[in-house]
Amino acid sequence: MTTSLYELGHLDALEAEAVHVFREVAAEFERPVLLFSGGKDSIVMLHLAEKAFWPGRIPFPVMHVDTGHNFPEVIGYRDRRVAETGVQLIVASVQESIDQGRVREQTGPRASRNPLQTVTLLDAIEEHGFDAAFGGARRDEEKARAKERVFSFRDEFGQWDPKNQRPELWALYNGRRHRGEHIRVFPLSNWTELDIWQYIGREGIELPSIYFAHLRRLVLRDGMLLWPNEHVPLLEGEETFEATVRYRTVGDVTCTGAVESPARTVDDIVEEVAATRITERGATRADDRASEAAMEDRKREGYF
Amino acid sequence: MEMLRFATAGSVDDGKSTLIGRLLHDTKSIFSDQLEAVERTSAQRGSEYVDLALLTDGLRAEREQGITIDVAYRYFATPKRKFIVADTPGHIQYTRNMVTGASTADVALILVDARKGLVEQSRRHAFLASLLRVPHLVLCVNKMDLVDYDEGVFDAIATEFRHFAAKLDVGDLTVIPVSALTGDNVVTRSANTPWYEGSSLLHHLEALHIASDRNLIDARFPVQYVIRPKTSTHHDYRGYAGQVAGGVLKPGDDVVVLPSGLPSRIAAIETKDGPVAEAFPPMSVTVRLEDDIDISRGDMICRPHNQPAVSQDVEAMVAWLHEEPMRPGGKYAIKHTTRTARAMVKDLRYRLDVNTLHRDEDAPTLELNEIGRLRLRVTAPLFTDPYRVNRTTGSFILVDESTNATVGAGMIL
Ligand SMILES: Nc1nc2c(ncn2[C@@H]2O[C@H](COP(=O)(O)OP(=O)(O)OP(=O)(O)O)[C@@H](O)[C@H]2O)c(=O)[nH]1
Ligand SMILES: [Mg+2]
Repeated sequence: MTTSLYELGHLDALEAEAVHVFREVAAEFERPVLLFSGGKDSIVMLHLAEKAFWPGRIPFPVMHVDTGHNFPEVIGYRDRRVAETGVQLIVASVQESIDQGRVREQTGPRASRNPLQTVTLLDAIEEHGFDAAFGGARRDEEKARAKERVFSFRDEFGQWDPKNQRPELWALYNGRRHRGEHIRVFPLSNWTELDIWQYIGREGIELPSIYFAHLRRLVLRDGMLLWPNEHVPLLEGEETFEATVRYRTVGDVTCTGAVESPARTVDDIVEEVAATRITERGATRADDRASEAAMEDRKREGYF
Repeated sequence: MEMLRFATAGSVDDGKSTLIGRLLHDTKSIFSDQLEAVERTSAQRGSEYVDLALLTDGLRAEREQGITIDVAYRYFATPKRKFIVADTPGHIQYTRNMVTGASTADVALILVDARKGLVEQSRRHAFLASLLRVPHLVLCVNKMDLVDYDEGVFDAIATEFRHFAAKLDVGDLTVIPVSALTGDNVVTRSANTPWYEGSSLLHHLEALHIASDRNLIDARFPVQYVIRPKTSTHHDYRGYAGQVAGGVLKPGDDVVVLPSGLPSRIAAIETKDGPVAEAFPPMSVTVRLEDDIDISRGDMICRPHNQPAVSQDVEAMVAWLHEEPMRPGGKYAIKHTTRTARAMVKDLRYRLDVNTLHRDEDAPTLELNEIGRLRLRVTAPLFTDPYRVNRTTGSFILVDESTNATVGAGMIL
């Protein structure tokens, strides 16, 4: 909170920075889009975008890159929020990319559509002519993300070149691009997981229910608690059990793990996050476990 | 909680990344899976100790070469403050990434290897930090473990640096003997340096007074975006959105809008959460004025008796950030606050030797990583303050119009 000394608390300072970034993009780009997964970071982004343009409407659409392997609670939430804010929702479907032969689906019981999202995302950016795409990535999530600019240039193939990033001084963002190139914009770059939760609590932001402790039937696979369903079939010898869990991140059901937790409220979660000793991606994301540079490699190709 | 941004600086291998790793480690800000990954990698490479630099050197190329190439941003908090850390590269080739990290820093930590003392790159970075007007400098004399924690070594380097810093415009300087590798004086004071009476680095960072570093005198509001909802509930609404760049704005304040020079008064300062009584940097707000005047992005709202310079001629110190040298007489895009225009390089007054601070008035151009004083002619007036008075209204970037690369960073004189 602000004090009489003209000091801004850290959440207010982070909010002011993000709002500035949203307005800068709205002013300088022709066709921005906000990537909206229904996860907590994209939910906070949407909330900040509403603040940036109030009392006007958000002047760009949101896009969900949909693997088809979703948590139903998240899709329900997405559709509700979209209706409330009045933004236009674009769904870029991985299933369609598969049907059109743009990508080949992995087979086998451990198959995941997560890597296919990059193709669907880049195709959709091209198809709609988007020149800026807001992403909810935070630098505290992962060591390659820690290196990325707020305005991150992508060439005509959607690629990120980590060794050749534009210098980014002060809050003077260089959003210039040629036709076919685009900029990924990360308004939450400087937020940590704890900041996100403190902000959700302070602002009273509603979240999909799976972020809070609930009873769920699960299977333990490769050290992760996965939710068995039609997209996550049980392997031979695997047994399911019930546990009280919540999700720290929300992604494709085939690669997003739950964590055991009794935290039922935002306050509980803030307390838990402040004390936790393991990163959210380390705890819950199979996609990052492939190699030491898994995220960097995916980002180079154009991943979120 | 107040936020403090700091950046590392100094020559290659002086221990910047290791120091950040140590700070994160000793403040228990490292998650166990991150630490395990770093321990694993260190062991695989046959290292005798855990290489904490791997915590920030996150790119494959950085880990392979054992150097930092681009800025890494890391975050940690103590009960007193939230810290945003920019760990920057020491290698001269990547100076532009160092200035990226330092441009927004409240504090620069300049590292020096106690065995080597000040080298050209330590001076260059100290100079850049002063040019970028990072308000607080901390000289960390690192690797004290390799010089037996010798007070004489420390004193000699501290004295030499103070001597150099006296020629720069350094607001506040503190010198601390540390070992990033073993943690001496990083988070807690070390028994190995009984002769050192100051505080540990972390304690110093927690206690620094930074609130008065912002300009709260000269009201500056660059209009970023005009909000015109044109809905039934807000049919005639017209708000000017932006981030306060200086001073304090209040409803009822008399203002003038540049470049038109038209006067008005602040009717309200609004956010989605309701009206605010005062807006100050770095708040993002929406200002409504009492009069309907034509205002667009790039205009500036300020007070009638306290206005920035309005001019198409700009004198600035410019750091060149691109492999392709500056083209004398060349034209570039210029971005200053929310204004974008074109600028022509009229004159290179001199190029500065960052080692000796000698001014070379015959220099033909600026090459990558060089700094010089330029005179620019801009296609539209800019509303500027000297950089030393306001880091926001005093700074600009130059962009190559054909490649779109950011090629220069300017600090207005
Ligand atoms: N003995 C000793 N070694 C240190 C200390 N600090 C760093 N080192 C070692 O010095 C080497 C370089 O350290 P880095 O932290 O990578 O150096 P840097 O300043 O980040 O280098 P660049 O980012 O490439 O400019 C590594 O081998 C470190 O382990 C120290 O206090 N004592
Ligand atoms: Mg380093």
